[in-house]
Parts: sequence; structure tokens; C-alpha cells
Amino acid sequence: MTKLALRNLARRYGTVDAVADFSLELAKGEFVSLLGPSGCGKTTTLRMIAGFVPPSGGVIEMDGRPISTATSVVPPERRGMSMIFQSYAIWPNMTVGENVGFGLQVRKLPKAEVERRVDRILEVVQLDALKNRYPAELSGGQQQRVALARAIVVEPEVLLLDEPLSNLDANLREEMRFEIRRLHDEFKITTVYVTHDQAEAMVTSDRIVVMNKGRVEQIDAPQELYARPNSRFVAGFIGRTNFLEGKRQGADIAFDGFTAPAVMLDGASRKGNLLYSLRPQSIQLAGDKPAAGPGLVVEAEIAGRSYLGEYWDYQVKPLSGAMLLRVSTPPTTVFEPGSRVWLVIDPAGMVRLE
Amino acid sequence: MLWIGIIAILLFLVVNPFVHLLATSFRSPDTGGFTWENYAAAYGRERYVQALVNSLKLGAGAALLAGLFAVPLAWAVSRTNMPGRGLVRTLVLATFITPPYTGTVAWILLAGPNAGWLNRLYVFLTGADTGPFNIYSFPGLVVVVALYSYPYIFIFTSAALELVSSEMEDAANILGAGTWLTMRRVTLPLALPAILGGLIICFLEAIALFASPAMIAIPARFNVVTTQLFQFFGNPVRVEVAAAYAMPLLGVTVLLVLVQRLLTHRRGFVALTGKGGERRPLALGPWRWALFGYAMLVASLSVILPYIFLLQAAFAKAWGRGFSLDNLSFKNFRFVLFEHATAAHSVVNSFLFGGAAATLGIIVALGVAYIVARRIVPFAGLLGFLCVAPFVIPGVVLAIGFYSAYAPPPLALYGTAWILILAFTVRFLPIGYVNASAAIRTLNPEMEEAVRILGGGRLTAMRRVVAPLLKRSLLGAWLLMFIPATRELSSAIFLYGPNTKVVSVMIFDMSEEGNFEYLAALALILQLLTLPLLWIGQRAIGRDFMLRRSAT
Repeated sequence: MTKLALRNLARRYGTVDAVADFSLELAKGEFVSLLGPSGCGKTTTLRMIAGFVPPSGGVIEMDGRPISTATSVVPPERRGMSMIFQSYAIWPNMTVGENVGFGLQVRKLPKAEVERRVDRILEVVQLDALKNRYPAELSGGQQQRVALARAIVVEPEVLLLDEPLSNLDANLREEMRFEIRRLHDEFKITTVYVTHDQAEAMVTSDRIVVMNKGRVEQIDAPQELYARPNSRFVAGFIGRTNFLEGKRQGADIAFDGFTAPAVMLDGASRKGNLLYSLRPQSIQLAGDKPAAGPGLVVEAEIAGRSYLGEYWDYQVKPLSGAMLLRVSTPPTTVFEPGSRVWLVIDPAGMVRLE
Repeated sequence: MLWIGIIAILLFLVVNPFVHLLATSFRSPDTGGFTWENYAAAYGRERYVQALVNSLKLGAGAALLAGLFAVPLAWAVSRTNMPGRGLVRTLVLATFITPPYTGTVAWILLAGPNAGWLNRLYVFLTGADTGPFNIYSFPGLVVVVALYSYPYIFIFTSAALELVSSEMEDAANILGAGTWLTMRRVTLPLALPAILGGLIICFLEAIALFASPAMIAIPARFNVVTTQLFQFFGNPVRVEVAAAYAMPLLGVTVLLVLVQRLLTHRRGFVALTGKGGERRPLALGPWRWALFGYAMLVASLSVILPYIFLLQAAFAKAWGRGFSLDNLSFKNFRFVLFEHATAAHSVVNSFLFGGAAATLGIIVALGVAYIVARRIVPFAGLLGFLCVAPFVIPGVVLAIGFYSAYAPPPLALYGTAWILILAFTVRFLPIGYVNASAAIRTLNPEMEEAVRILGGGRLTAMRRVVAPLLKRSLLGAWLLMFIPATRELSSAIFLYGPNTKVVSVMIFDMSEEGNFEYLAALALILQLLTLPLLWIGQRAIGRDFMLRRSAT
């Protein structure tokens, strides 16, 4: 069942298209992230959903009713949504309890009911001991939890999050990702989450919308997005990758440094230049020439390496080419720079890009 | 709906009086039709034109002299190790809160021909027959005006100097420039736009000032623009001619404010907004005592001597009889507080009208600042412009505009409290607006968006979040409007009626009657009532209350 639908949504500032031709449908209870570099239009889209920014074209529907069009916009206070802001926007003049209870008060719930629900949600986010504190006395992580509690306690139609973790340090950020997903699993609120951090999006989301320059690049589940990116931008933005440019030569496709039989590769029937993405994990390194198998075997030299604890990051150069490839190996696979190696490339890992 | 109300208020307060001022200047007093005659009458006599020239000379002289007072003080206080920097700052503040009419009266006591204390001292020391000082002269007027307007230059200059980081000076030092070369080539040029801006403001204050010229120039038998306007307002009231005659004053002010904005925005403050690290005071060696001496000289002239002799007069049976126990009396205070028919009432009026004007002003200023900051209506910037526009309208000109717009029916506000309250509101609206919008800029809009997405409207956001968070700064802004409103003379003198006399007008009347003892007592009461307000302001906003740049 569609909860929220964005149809051909557009926002233009002067001559600049901040968002163009954006379409997306969210099922009830679904968690969708808008992911992209800064300036890609993701926050503008979120603010259009919230009702703070009127669209210049297209329509936003909630439960089948239009709530934003170019000519009429239901104001934010009448949308029944809630939002977590980048700055948290915790009101410093109110205690934790008053902050969290605000939305219920505005909805004119009886006092006892407000108290009960505030206490319960504070327990859920483990802030029950801090109910009467002022925000200035809280740590960044605690403020973040207040913002979460304040947004969830009203049981919103749609929950919006605008880069909520960008002001936290790395450890806390990782903890809060799981917290956000846990709360979503508990309350099943339809959620739109804006972030520029791919790991955040992958941990929290059912689906991810990758945006670039105001347009949707791809909408897919995290694992699909990683395994089957459909554009150079998505492949480069989600995880690390090698871009390989090839040319059809008879029954083969020639890359810089090696060739591959066209039948082994995805979509190679096309003419002209072909662009492939090859993840560093889809290449293995061997010290001796491996026996013939399903993989492509290429002789190469180690050009450089970095040790990152969880894996080695090698730069290797196929002997007959100038291109450098990045290869990730387990920490136990050690090769000295300058040594001769064999690359074993999994053809299924070569994803053709448009 | 609320926004439309605020826009209507601005039209009523700012636009309509201005339009009436223009229209009145072209309206024939007899037929009501269009005419150039008012302009012919206003500039047809040589002495009217001479008054214009006098005003320009007064402005230039006072601004230059005030610059000589203020710039060394500002530099000493903000950048050097001169002793007593806090004291000097306090004395500058004391100067700033001394109304020009109070300072002028003090200087009449000090430098009146023959009886003035400085003349008596001179006679006593030299045995001469008469002393050399005569306050009732053009130079006398220039000195008095400069003494009570130099704080403006001080505020501008010290604000600029405090933004020049020591690192900028270090950079010159490390390249081989000594202390003086660094000051001449780096520090002063960086502060120069601000100093020039301060000089311009000082010039504008001087030409718009009514009190000092009225007390000094009229007895000395010369006129400046403001006193000439006052005479056009005498019997019979020639408001059409006055409106025409006010135009050059308005024109010069608009032009110079534009120049000033250009100066301080283009180079000065852009270059100075660096985060700027620490600011070390410059060690001056023995020179610091010389500088301290100069600062004390300026402060003596503007504060210490004037208040000594105001106190003497206020507690004297007759001020001319000097300092002796048998001349000591409380009768002046008793008289102005309990016996005089309207003096005590005028104090109450001042505080009531000032309070009402500041309250109305802060509501309008906050409303407009909010609309502008959040871009709620198209052309919001225009509303902001209307709020700061009265800054370029001298008090006397504003009063003429209000008189021509609201004295005639249907409103017939002349002589009522409302015309004073509204005029004061407009007069100090720019102060309120500048402060309110600075306060709103410190507020993350997400604070209000959080209210709205949770179901509260804009008014809820204002009431529950914006107002509580801005409480302190708004209180400060309110005081910054209220304090000058309680002592405003230049617009009040044209608009008061028999029952709405304010304390400034009362003091001015007493000076015309020569009742300096009563006058001194009343002026000191006004100053005394201001002290708790200052204290509250400093508690709410900090030590720099009133001496900040946004205060002007």
C-alpha cells in the first residue's frame, strides 16, 4: 500500500534545477534513504515532503491525497509528519520532558496521556533519568536521542530525517545507525532518511535513492545497488570500484592490459565503447599461475599497497597495460611491491554501466 | 493576517508621514493647490540660507573635533595597555547617556560669559577683569556639540579596532615594520572606513540636533537649520514652509548615510570579520600615562566638570554663590518634584510615552525582522528597509511629517499622547530593528521548523520558542529604544501639547527662563532614573550595552 508518492517532483531556483523529475513511491512502513553528494537536491526533496519548500512542478501525495503541488501546499503543521533536523533543533528553553511532550500538547492530548507517552518513549530511548534536564546539560548523543523521541512519540504519518548523525563522532554515529533501524523495526513508521554517508544508508534502509545533480540515478535495495549499479556515478559513489573501458574486437573485448571473451561478460553484444565496473573484492591475487578456471587470469605487478587493518588495498598494473587496478585482499595475503602476481577476475563481478 | 497588519502599521508610521511631508512642501497654505511658493519663501531670505550654511559648518566642525576626542580614546581603550581603560569606557558611556540639553546647560554654567565657572577661575588666577570664554558663540556651540557626540565615533572606531587581530599586526612586524609603521600602514587603514563612518554619523547628529543650538545659537543671535525650523513653527505655524525648508537637511542626511554604508560595508567590515585570534594590548611604556592624561582631559570636559557644576547648581540656593554650606539646599528637588505644576508630571509622561513607544517599536521591529529573516512575504527586504529608513530622517523633520500627516482631522492627534508615542516609535524603530534582526539571525530556523512539523503554527513557534530564546536580546533592544525615548527633545518640541509635556521639553523651557537650579535638579533626576535601566541592560546584554555598534 502506497503511503507517500512523489510524482515528477521538481524544484527550480532561478535557472538552477535543484530537483528535477523526481518520482518515488513509499510503501507503508518502508524506510527509504535519499543518498548523494552535497548539493544533489536530497535535502530540498526532504523539505518539499515536509512542506517547508513548495515544489515548482509535480505533486506529492500522502494516502492518495495531494499535499504539495506547484499551486497549493498543505503547511507543515497540518501534515501529521515529524522530522529530525541536522542541528537536532532541541529547544534549549524547555526540558527534555517538555521537548518530547510538545507535539502531544499541540495535539491537545489530555495531560495524563501526554505524561504517560513521554515516559514510555523516554524509556525506549534510554533517557528516562534525564526527563527534567535542560538540553544544554546533555551530550550530543543524548540530544540526538531527545530528537528521536520527540519525533517518534507523536506517531507521525511519515518520519523525516535530515542528516541526523552528521554532528556525532564516528563511534556514536555507528551506534545510532543501529538505534534508528531498531526504532523503525519497533514502530514501523514510514521513513525518509537523507544522508551523504553510504554506510548509514545501507544499514538503515529498505531501499536507497541515489541522487546526483537533482536527479534520481537509481532506486534499489542496498545489496542490489552495490552489486548492480546502473551508472558510473552510482558505482563510484557506493563503495570503491575500478572502471574499465573496453572495445569490441571480434569475439573478444579488449581492455587496457587484458582481453576477455565477449560471451563471458554482461551485455557485451553492443557495439562501440563499453564501460564496466569491477569491485576490488571481485579480483583475487595469486603468487603462482593458477590452473585454468572460470575466471580471467591476468599477469600483473604490484605497484603499491596500503594496509587498512581489515584488508590490504593493493594497486596492481597488468603487465601489458598502463592501467592501475585496485584490489582488496584479506590481511593475510601479503605481496611485496614490485613482485609478480596473477589476477583472477570473476566475470560476474564485471558490471556493465550505461 | 498578522503580516498584513504589520505592513499596514509600517505604512502608517513611516510612509504616510513622509509622503505628507513632501506633499505639504508643495501645497499652498491658502488654496491647498500645488505651488512652488513654499520653497521660494524658505530660501528667499539671506538669513535663511545663512542658517543652512551655519548647519553645515557646525556639522563639519563638530565632527572633526569629536574625531580628535574619540579616535585616540578608542585606540587607547581597545588596543593599548593604557591604565584605567575600564574607567575611560565608563566615562564615555556616561557622556553617551548625557542628553545634549543637559550637557549644554552644564556648559552654560561652565563657560557663560562673566559668571561661568571657567571664566571665574581665569579671573581668579590671572587677575584679569573678564574671562575669555563665551559659550554663546559659534565656536562655543561647536565644542559643546562635539563633546556630546564623540561617543558615536568612539563606538565605531573601537568596534573596528577590536576586529583587527594581533596576527595582522604580527604579520607586519615579522616583515620588519615597527610599532608606529604598523599602526600607520596596517591598523589605522583597516579602521579608517569605520572612523570615517563615525565622523559622518557625528556630522549628521550635529546638523539634526535641536537642543544645543536652541540653547546657544538663539541667544547668540544666529540660526542653524533646526532652530530656523523651530521659528517657522512659531506663531503663526508655517508648516508648509517648514516642510520645504527641511528638504536639504533630509537630502544631505540620505546622501551621507549612503556614503557611510558604502564605506563601512565595502572595505572595512569585510576585511575585518576575520576570526582574528587573540588581541594583545600594545605596550606603550611611559606614553601610556600621556594617553591616560588626554583621556581624562576629554572626560573632564564632557562628564566630570559638567556633573560637578550641575550637582552644585541642583543643591544650591543660587548657583552663582558658589560652593558653601549656607548655599546648600534641597529646595530645588522639592520644588520640581512636589511643587511645580507640571515638572513631576513631565517625568512620568516621558517614561510612559517612552515605554509605550519602545514596546510598540519592539513588536513591529521583531515582526518585520522575522518576516525578513524567514522570507515570509515577497519583497520582505522592502519592509526591512522601511524599518531602518527613519534613521535618515532627523527628529525635527520627522516631527514636521507627523504634524502634517496626523495633526489635521480625521485623526487630529496633535496635542495627544499618541502623536508623541508614534513619533518616538518611528524615531527609534531602526535601533529596535537592527537589534531584533541581529537576534533572530542567531536563531537556527530549524528550531521553528521543528515546532511546525510537530503541528504548531508560526504563532506557536513565536510564542513558545522564538520569544523565550530571544528574551534577553529583546529586553536589551527594548531598553536601547526606551532610554533615548525618555529624553527625546527634537521631535517632542514640535508635537507636545499642554497635557503631554515631556521632561526634555520641561528642561528646555526652564533653560529659556534661566531657572538653572531647578533645571539641574530635574536633569539629575532624569539621569538617576536612567541608572537602573543601564544596570538591567548590562545584566541582560553585557558590559558593552549601549556602546556596541548596533546600538547606533
